[in-house]
Amino acid sequence: MSLWLTLAVNSVALGGLLFLLSSGFSLIFGLMRIPNLMHGSFFMLGAYLGVALLARGINFWIAALASAAAMALIGGLIERVLLRRLEGQVLPQVLLTLGFAFIIADVCLMLWTGDPWQPATPDHLRGAVQVAGLYFPLYRLVVVAVAVAIAIALWLLVDWTRLGAMIRAGVDDAPIARVVGIRVSQLFTLVFALGAALAGFGGVMGAPYLSVYPGLDFEMLPLALIVVILGGVGSLLGALVGSFLIGFLYNFGTALLPDLAYVILFLPMVLILVLRPQGLFGKVTT
Amino acid sequence: MIRPASRIASAAAAPALVVVLLATLPVWLGHHPYYVNIASQILLWAVAALALNVLVGYAGLVSLGHAALLAMAGYTVGLLLQAGYGHLAADLGAIAVTLAASAVFAVLALRSTGVGFLMITLALGQIVWGIAYRWAGLTNGDNGISLAARPAPFGLSLAGAEAFYYTALLIFLMALVSMRILVRSPFGASLAGTRDQPRRMTALGFNVWLIRFLAFLASGFWSGVAGLLYVYYHQFIAPPAAALTASAEILLMVISGGAATLLGPIAGAAIVVIMKNVASAYIERWNLVLGVIFILIISFMPEGLVPGSVRLARAAWVWLRARLPGREGRYTQERIS
Repeated sequence: MSLWLTLAVNSVALGGLLFLLSSGFSLIFGLMRIPNLMHGSFFMLGAYLGVALLARGINFWIAALASAAAMALIGGLIERVLLRRLEGQVLPQVLLTLGFAFIIADVCLMLWTGDPWQPATPDHLRGAVQVAGLYFPLYRLVVVAVAVAIAIALWLLVDWTRLGAMIRAGVDDAPIARVVGIRVSQLFTLVFALGAALAGFGGVMGAPYLSVYPGLDFEMLPLALIVVILGGVGSLLGALVGSFLIGFLYNFGTALLPDLAYVILFLPMVLILVLRPQGLFGKVTT
Repeated sequence: MIRPASRIASAAAAPALVVVLLATLPVWLGHHPYYVNIASQILLWAVAALALNVLVGYAGLVSLGHAALLAMAGYTVGLLLQAGYGHLAADLGAIAVTLAASAVFAVLALRSTGVGFLMITLALGQIVWGIAYRWAGLTNGDNGISLAARPAPFGLSLAGAEAFYYTALLIFLMALVSMRILVRSPFGASLAGTRDQPRRMTALGFNVWLIRFLAFLASGFWSGVAGLLYVYYHQFIAPPAAALTASAEILLMVISGGAATLLGPIAGAAIVVIMKNVASAYIERWNLVLGVIFILIISFMPEGLVPGSVRLARAAWVWLRARLPGREGRYTQERIS
């Protein structure tokens, strides 16, 4: 019984992390039509930066926010300086992000060596809480709470603000959005930086229990891809549902059939591709 | 009457010269096993790059999962040899498995084109990597699978560097010739049609999906062949062979050399293999170099090194000619008159 419960809590926590990762990925993909192949790298680099800051005794939340800000800066610069030059050429843009993914991976290996780093869970987030006679590890609940809070904030941003309306207009039809006076290219930079920041923040949140190690980037990237293929491109609700689905499949798959965990992850993607190629909550685009 | 004949002669002379050069390459390299082995590596990666070029260049479908197909062939050979099968059976089995996997990849990835195709092939490739890495009971996980020996077809041992080089050269030439036939065939023309004008091709009555599917199978077949060369060359296969980095390396070969050309991928394979060997002699950071080259090529020579160099050389020639003193006078005269 407790095994199942632990697995379920872990699954929800991983789902929360995956949402932090894939919501930005999904927004970037929805707006700019490019899958950002360095998204996993933002997650990993953010986590490493967080580890470095925590090692200097900086408060956990400040470290997470600082690392998110650094990722926003790096992501915004790459978008502004390099991706912008290739506007309209989707494939070169994608390959450029892949090139950066390799560079980031190698720089991280150089700076933080090949050993895994696992920062201690911050003191005030340690321990367990007792709910209805069952013990839950506090930190994982915090991860879920933060993910849900960010999901709500993103939903408010996208659905209820002027900026969100502009982003949605850009997602639906970028040329027409330009015609009515929306500066879509500024939105690109903004959304790219926001997505990078979310990934970096997720990386720091994940570090205390996933640990940070070389290869984490290309382990997270396919998960983000699968979440977005499942949930539908540009859909926050799709990213949320897809993240928790994958969180459960990943943890239960790894526990029950460790050899085939990856195959189990991939089955729902196959089903979705065959039955509903636009994803669960995706719109049909022509 | 003379001109066409001489043109045919010169058209045949260049490839013949190249073949002679390649056949005598070990002599030029002083029979040094290290350099001959690098030449073998270039040939085996050239086969892989030619295979990927069918999709990237001629079908306009960018796959980031091709290393997985290559690795699948390698793993199948390793597993069948371990199970006690002979080399011929293992090779045929590997090609069959790779073709079947290509069919599955194609059915799933061809639900989409463009960026969607790239994402799906990437995800599929990572799944193959995950199986190679995690399913230790089958694949021996991180430790990989070693091959006891290279095969000896018709009693000729391929254990030596030069024997392997000639085998790789033979297979490479077969791949090149078959690519040329494929590209120049009506099928190749319709494939390029599906790349440039899929809707018109549909309107003309072509089955665009089927053409792309067959192209994927052709690409998968030669990827499998490259996988056989890979596993026999290294006599070892491990999960990194299926990783995204490996897929990206093959893609870099195609793009850096020039997609949709016959010689581009070969040049790209040579560049990447030589760079990798040279770079790793001086620095450990091959992936960093790979990423930087990727970004430089995409930013400054998006059409690839072979067509890009031709473009730059032409531009330089025009620039030079405009500045040659003798010519300048004539230009101004022409303009005045």
